[in-house]
Amino acid sequence: MPIKTEQFYLNVGPQHPSTHGVFRLRLSLDGEVVTDVEPIVGYLHRGIEKLAETRTYTQIIPLTDRLDYLASMTDNVAYCMAVEKLAGIKVPERAEYIRIIFSELMRVSSHMMAVGFYLNDCGAFFTPVLYMWREREKILDLFDMVCGQRLLYNYMRVGGVSQDLPDEFMPAIKKFVAEMPRYIGEYNQLIKQNEIFLARSKGVGILPRETAINIGASGPVLRASGVKWDIRKMDPYSIYDRFDFEIPTGEAGDCYDRYWVRMQEMTQSLRIIEQAMSQMPAKGPVCADVPQFFRPPAGETYGYIEAPKGNLGFYIVSDGSIAPYRLHIYPPTLINITALKDMVIGWKVADLIIIFGSMDVVLGEIDR
Amino acid sequence: MTVAVNTEETGKRIAEAIPGSVVSSDKGSLIVDSKALAQIADFLKNTPGMEFDYLTVLTAADYLDYFEVVYRLVSLKNNQSLILKTRVYGRENLSLPSVTPVWRAAYYQEREIFDLLGIKFEGHPDLRRLLLWEGFNGHPLRRDYL
Repeated sequence: MPIKTEQFYLNVGPQHPSTHGVFRLRLSLDGEVVTDVEPIVGYLHRGIEKLAETRTYTQIIPLTDRLDYLASMTDNVAYCMAVEKLAGIKVPERAEYIRIIFSELMRVSSHMMAVGFYLNDCGAFFTPVLYMWREREKILDLFDMVCGQRLLYNYMRVGGVSQDLPDEFMPAIKKFVAEMPRYIGEYNQLIKQNEIFLARSKGVGILPRETAINIGASGPVLRASGVKWDIRKMDPYSIYDRFDFEIPTGEAGDCYDRYWVRMQEMTQSLRIIEQAMSQMPAKGPVCADVPQFFRPPAGETYGYIEAPKGNLGFYIVSDGSIAPYRLHIYPPTLINITALKDMVIGWKVADLIIIFGSMDVVLGEIDR
Repeated sequence: MTVAVNTEETGKRIAEAIPGSVVSSDKGSLIVDSKALAQIADFLKNTPGMEFDYLTVLTAADYLDYFEVVYRLVSLKNNQSLILKTRVYGRENLSLPSVTPVWRAAYYQEREIFDLLGIKFEGHPDLRRLLLWEGFNGHPLRRDYL
């Protein structure tokens, strides 16, 4: 006589350590095998798009910090660049370099958190996270030096940055960039050959190339599936065309590739920082002359950058007043999780946690 | 560089293939008739020389007389981009054809527009509120919602 089975429903989250925030997954299970998954979002919805309609363009910058709170600096950059595009403001040369340096530091920091917590999900409980945190601390110290903040920086301004670099900054970042490759080597030595890690991530959660393009994935998730698409290279914004760097891509599109693309991107980011430091003009203005209550001409624009987690964009409609008529934030991680269903069906619950961890989501950005 | 395609030319090609579907095609944006949207999406994705296989942002804005829905399409192969727009008039019972069958990237974004602006997408596989809860009254991103 066959054993009578029935579908079992399980809620993972909203309060669950592996959901990287207040995120809920409604799983349908057959024993331990996932047969369906439904992401439920919105627990951290603060209505940033609506709030922005009643704030001036400069007052919105602190709101953008709270999107991807592990990469606030790039959120600031993306927003400021979109407003500059709308208002036709030219950013001073030195400010462009400062922005590049901070964007790339932020990318290293964000990828460290992604890799650290991904390994945490794999079962290496908190040791890798603390290794990653050791170096992330140094990056946070650099941010602290320029803006006095360690998480929500509010450092970028429309037209440049809020203040120039302090004197102690350049020696500190030089030291960091010189030391960092050794630490990345150390991580690779510890992680890359690990038998358990390889067994749990190679071939797990494959996202095929066609699906990745069709769901509109971006960032490391897209590149791990073998698509050589990085906005810094394909559509260079700011001054990215002046630097020499490569776009790492994966082949299989599995969890291992997503991890490995991030590790390689950290090395490439350090290369960009090194070049930016040597090319940066030593003196000069760091912010264009922008009035406090400026009014961009009526019109609309879409500005986008390659944020650590993917293609982050701001769609702004201006009616010529001091506040935007409509602001829309294009969140890369929300779009990336469209593929979650394809990736997890047929895998076990333990693999679901790993696959979800390899997507590197941040709920501040998904829920806005 | 991602090059924005010439909207006048693209508009002409769309109008040839699907007569009467293009409303206007000047000043860098292409406004199409909402009824033909599903056909146009299919045309833009599958026509050689266009191949817009990658949908990035899909959003809408409320201009009180009408809602403007904006699609930014990218062709990864040709490194080209296109901004496609369509308009829905009125305040109640608004609907548009869904493009989710063509680009799954629209799945969450259409749900979000339905949630926050109240435009229904016909043919969406699972159209429910995304960020707000079931039973929430109104659509907050409308300009007349206070």
